Amino acid sequence: MVISTSDDVRPGRADVGASASQVTARRRGDALAAFALAGPAIVLLLILFILPVAAIIVIALTDWQFGTRSLHFVGLANFAGIWADEAFVASLRNTLVYASIVIPGTVLGGLGIALLIESGNSLRNFYRAIHFLPFMATLAAMAIVWEALLHPTIGLVNGTFAAVGLPTANWLREEATVLPVLALIGIWQNLGFAMVLFLAGLKSIPQDLYDAADIDGADRWLDRLMTVTLPMLGPVAMFVVIVVALRAFEVFDTVQILTQGGPGHASDVLLHTLYRESFEFLRAGYGAAMTVVFLVIAVTLTLIQARLIGNKVHYQ
Amino acid sequence: MSPAGQRLLWPAAIVRHALLLASGGLMLLPFVWMASLSLKPPGEIFRTSFSLLPEHWYAIENYGKALTAASLPRYMANGVLVCVAILALQILICAPCAYALAKLEFRGRDLLFGLVLIGLLIPHQVLAVPLFVLGYSLGLLNSYAALIFPFIVSPFGIFLFRQFFRSIPDDLVHAARLDGLSEFAIVWRIMLPIAMPAVIAFSIFSVVSHWNDLFWPLIAVKSPNLMPPALGVAIFHGGEASTEYGPLMAGAVLVISPLVLAFIVAQRRFIEGLTSASLK
Repeated sequence: MVISTSDDVRPGRADVGASASQVTARRRGDALAAFALAGPAIVLLLILFILPVAAIIVIALTDWQFGTRSLHFVGLANFAGIWADEAFVASLRNTLVYASIVIPGTVLGGLGIALLIESGNSLRNFYRAIHFLPFMATLAAMAIVWEALLHPTIGLVNGTFAAVGLPTANWLREEATVLPVLALIGIWQNLGFAMVLFLAGLKSIPQDLYDAADIDGADRWLDRLMTVTLPMLGPVAMFVVIVVALRAFEVFDTVQILTQGGPGHASDVLLHTLYRESFEFLRAGYGAAMTVVFLVIAVTLTLIQARLIGNKVHYQ
Repeated sequence: MSPAGQRLLWPAAIVRHALLLASGGLMLLPFVWMASLSLKPPGEIFRTSFSLLPEHWYAIENYGKALTAASLPRYMANGVLVCVAILALQILICAPCAYALAKLEFRGRDLLFGLVLIGLLIPHQVLAVPLFVLGYSLGLLNSYAALIFPFIVSPFGIFLFRQFFRSIPDDLVHAARLDGLSEFAIVWRIMLPIAMPAVIAFSIFSVVSHWNDLFWPLIAVKSPNLMPPALGVAIFHGGEASTEYGPLMAGAVLVISPLVLAFIVAQRRFIEGLTSASLK
């Protein structure tokens, strides 16, 4: 009962006057309570996150296949294997190409829309909502809509292009077009997300800076943009680049539904390839090696993102 | 770039609206096209001339087929069940842990927070194979439990709640203790009600993520009776209906409509909730 009594008279954090024994007892009370409160979360974090990550790294070092009982350590053979594997190298290259279109397209597009919305007062919420809508609508369902739009004979895209004299194509079935078209869908989906991040960044630019720019003679729209707005958005833009990159590297739904990685390997991307290796070909060790490569990319990007937030916002 | 309150000259205002309506129109085009095709008979869909509205309304046939042949209601009911179960368990498990991290001093607190941060670093798709093996050995695969169990603890949830709980004054906690409240009662009756904005943001993030998730359901369940909406509509598309765009579009409308309607009603909260995850 000592514990609960000392808990009842528990002083605030700056408890200079508390005796040493009271402090110790309170610590012990806190520790018991903390264990009861956090116990389930700790156990589940270990079972559902920490151990699986450890497991995937271990599996990547074995020749394990789903459904078999034999398992041998093969060192880095799986990693050597995937680097020699045309399908994996193609999917890594495709993912990089995809990201290299999606990232600038989404970031510049999102910035442009955010600047346009902030430049006036009317219909702000309306414009923000319609640009954000694709980000939250179920992508698996919208991918099917895109298939209809891109249909070679009855699709709106080819119909419109033909009417105005632009070249038409079987967009999702031709090697040259499939990846750029998937990337355009990626931009369509993520643009509104980048936009709201930029809108938040624009709101945080202090009014004083615009006043100062006014006094210095930078009173024209373009002057203000170049001297105040864009320089102040630099850190936000870096952050948006990383966040969009993370989403680009996680592309899966559109590929799974629209192309299955085809034609050939022209639209194979990392997540789709590792899904297929692990769960369709059941080569768990091999799939795990691909997963580790994906993990390294994602963790690197997330660490950069955390650094960027840490530089701007102080939680402590 | 102009500070709030500044009025644009009318030519600039017209350019602004023209550009935003053009880009907004492109963003909305797939939604409009989806709705349009969902109302048309096959003959009008497979015609090379385009019109927004059908000559012969075919909505009842298309939506009827999506609702019966593709068991869309079942997929959506599965989605509701799975999303609610995941969210309830996440809050039940994450809130007390977040409270311990925010308000209690105990040995290993930094270590525990380190675990949460590692969890935040890991993209969930990486965990698929080990979680599949775990689900298999526990006999959970191809059940609702398979769709739910990987997500019942959310590092992001713990992190977000901890942030919010830290901003609540310690005095409030002390007063609650003096009133005889247990630590668990403090979490549920004091902290969570105050942290409602964080709870709402997290709830929106969680429900949208799992309603839309295709990757894990593809791995976890094989039986059509268990499929959540994103997987259900994908299977509908891959099956015999692959070129029947009328029913397919009707299915797509049904799958996205709950979230889209909620978004229209609570736009600001949705945007907050869905961006909070990247500002962690």
